[in-house]
Amino acid sequence: MKSVSLLLALGLGAAVFAAASCGGNPAPQNTTPAVDTAAENQRVRDSIAAAEAERARQAQAEAERIAAQRRADSLAALARAGEEVRSTLAAMIHFDLDKSNIRPEDAATLDQKVAILQANPELRIRIGGHCDERGSDEYNLALGNRRAQSGKQYLVSHGIDASRIETQSWGEEKPLVDGHDESAWSQNRRDEFEIISGGDNIRRP
Amino acid sequence: MKRRTVGRSDGRKVIVAAVLVSLLSFGPTVRRSDGQDTSAIDRGVRIGIIYRPGVRPGLVMLPRTGQGLDSVRVIVARDLDYGDRFEVITLPGGDSIRLASTTGPRRSSAGGSTATKGATAGALNYPLYQALGADFALDITAAGDTTVATLHDIAAASVRRSVRVQLPRSSDPDFRQAVHRLADQALQAAIGTPGIAATRILFVKDGKVYRIDQDGADQKLVSSTDRQAMSPAWGADGRRFAYMEFQAGKGWLYLQEMGSGKRTAVATTGSALDFTPAFSPDGQTMAFSRATEEGTDLYTINIKNNCCLRRLTVGRFSDNLSPTFSPDGQRIAFVSTRPGLPQIYVMAADGTDQQLFAPFDYGVTGASNAPEWSPDGQSVAFHRDVAGTLQVFVLDVRTRTVRQLTSVGRNEDPTWAPDSRHLAFVSDRSGYRQLWIIDLDTGRIRPLLQQSGARLPAWSPRLSEATSSTP
Repeated sequence: MKSVSLLLALGLGAAVFAAASCGGNPAPQNTTPAVDTAAENQRVRDSIAAAEAERARQAQAEAERIAAQRRADSLAALARAGEEVRSTLAAMIHFDLDKSNIRPEDAATLDQKVAILQANPELRIRIGGHCDERGSDEYNLALGNRRAQSGKQYLVSHGIDASRIETQSWGEEKPLVDGHDESAWSQNRRDEFEIISGGDNIRRP
Repeated sequence: MKRRTVGRSDGRKVIVAAVLVSLLSFGPTVRRSDGQDTSAIDRGVRIGIIYRPGVRPGLVMLPRTGQGLDSVRVIVARDLDYGDRFEVITLPGGDSIRLASTTGPRRSSAGGSTATKGATAGALNYPLYQALGADFALDITAAGDTTVATLHDIAAASVRRSVRVQLPRSSDPDFRQAVHRLADQALQAAIGTPGIAATRILFVKDGKVYRIDQDGADQKLVSSTDRQAMSPAWGADGRRFAYMEFQAGKGWLYLQEMGSGKRTAVATTGSALDFTPAFSPDGQTMAFSRATEEGTDLYTINIKNNCCLRRLTVGRFSDNLSPTFSPDGQRIAFVSTRPGLPQIYVMAADGTDQQLFAPFDYGVTGASNAPEWSPDGQSVAFHRDVAGTLQVFVLDVRTRTVRQLTSVGRNEDPTWAPDSRHLAFVSDRSGYRQLWIIDLDTGRIRPLLQQSGARLPAWSPRLSEATSSTP
């Protein structure tokens, strides 16, 4: 069926061609219809190929984008987890005036640090003890040392190796908050916790 | 410009005051000086008469000008005033009154009629100065490139002594100290006592160590790094000082030459938090506080041979800090928290015989800190918490009684001048923390400088020419 109609079409085309030739004045554009058809077909094929290549390229880009996004998302998630752990580890504890004992409400803060230190055995930290400005400048170095030691002793008594914890006293030399009222003073009477080493791939407990 | 004490009087001085008032014809400002803390900001040179017979001789600076010595005269007059040994009588500007021979033109005025003639030092109108309450007159003149300070004894109507010195140029970094030494020589010539003009004070500001002359001039940074420093302390010879520096989580002790600026770390430092260094009087030993896991305790180390660390206290549950040697080197006063709050203790320099030094009422007296033994050995100054703020106290070593020196504002970290009667300390009485100086004999208080944030002062010993030199 297909071949019959094709032949018919060719026959019709030949008849038209013959009729036109009889005029003895062939239009120039009619001299290359066969060539035109081949070029057109080539263009069609070319454009199909280009579109297919483009689709493939886009698909690949999309796949890459998705993969990158997934990687970024998971990295961000990791980083968020790391940041969370870091900020938990860095959470300060505070002290009463001229005191160095751990307040009951700060025990939970320290317990979280114990868990993090246990989950990250390569982690080493430094505890810095600080004072408000009201005491004597030099006495505050001794008091800040007591505060840093209190923080350390709590962690050590909860199973953390003492060699992983350094201590330092800054006395009143590094206030967190400038100001001369109880609000500033109470924020400045504190232990700060910083990572010395082993904090690159910090894990959640 | 006039300072008087109400209440205590003797006839002679009252007459003198009346003479002065009529001569100078401006109103005196009456101010109370009650031997205790006053918040007087006394910055100007004054005509001072305190009605304490026989306590302080009057001294008049002859009102010369010129000869390139104006700044010398100003510095010397201020030194003698700040020394609080004299009532310094300064004749106002030499304009309205001419009491001494001068080379300038004379004016007729209320005081002009009392001016004397005569062109040479020594030809003074002694009776007039005597009437003004002066026991001494100091005249500073130039003879070529030599500066001559002539001290007249008014009662004897003669020259007591002439001091001739070659002063450095005023642009020379040693100029001021040289002038201060001249003031001390004049004081020594008058009353036979060494002065405190040629001294300096170390202090901390913004974590850096500075030095400043006792008259508040010539402030200079002496810290050599950007790291935070604390607790400067002078060696007894005035040639070097020690201080603590925060470094890599520790407290390091350094010795530094005042002249060259060369510094060296004290042996064994850097392993812990070492702070509050104190030199022994012979310069061989340094006592200091060391904070470790066990708390804070006192140690000594031989800084001559950089060896022989020795632990003096074993606090366990208490802290021991802030050592200060007695001037004979036999004892160390320090702070201990063994009674619960920090209080002032004392021990032999080898750590034995530890006992309470400054008495306190348990449960009543506040924390006591920052002791410094006076150069004459008789007193220990410290600060104590009184009603939530700090005040300067002095312990009498012999009787072991304390007296409170200050009461205005927060006052802390006292340090003795070499005369054992002046103390520099930190006070916020002017609205911000800065350094002040009090004279224990008269109760006079003056600000050392006009800067916020200065603290932890350390007053030098007397500085000789060799020790004060600055490269």
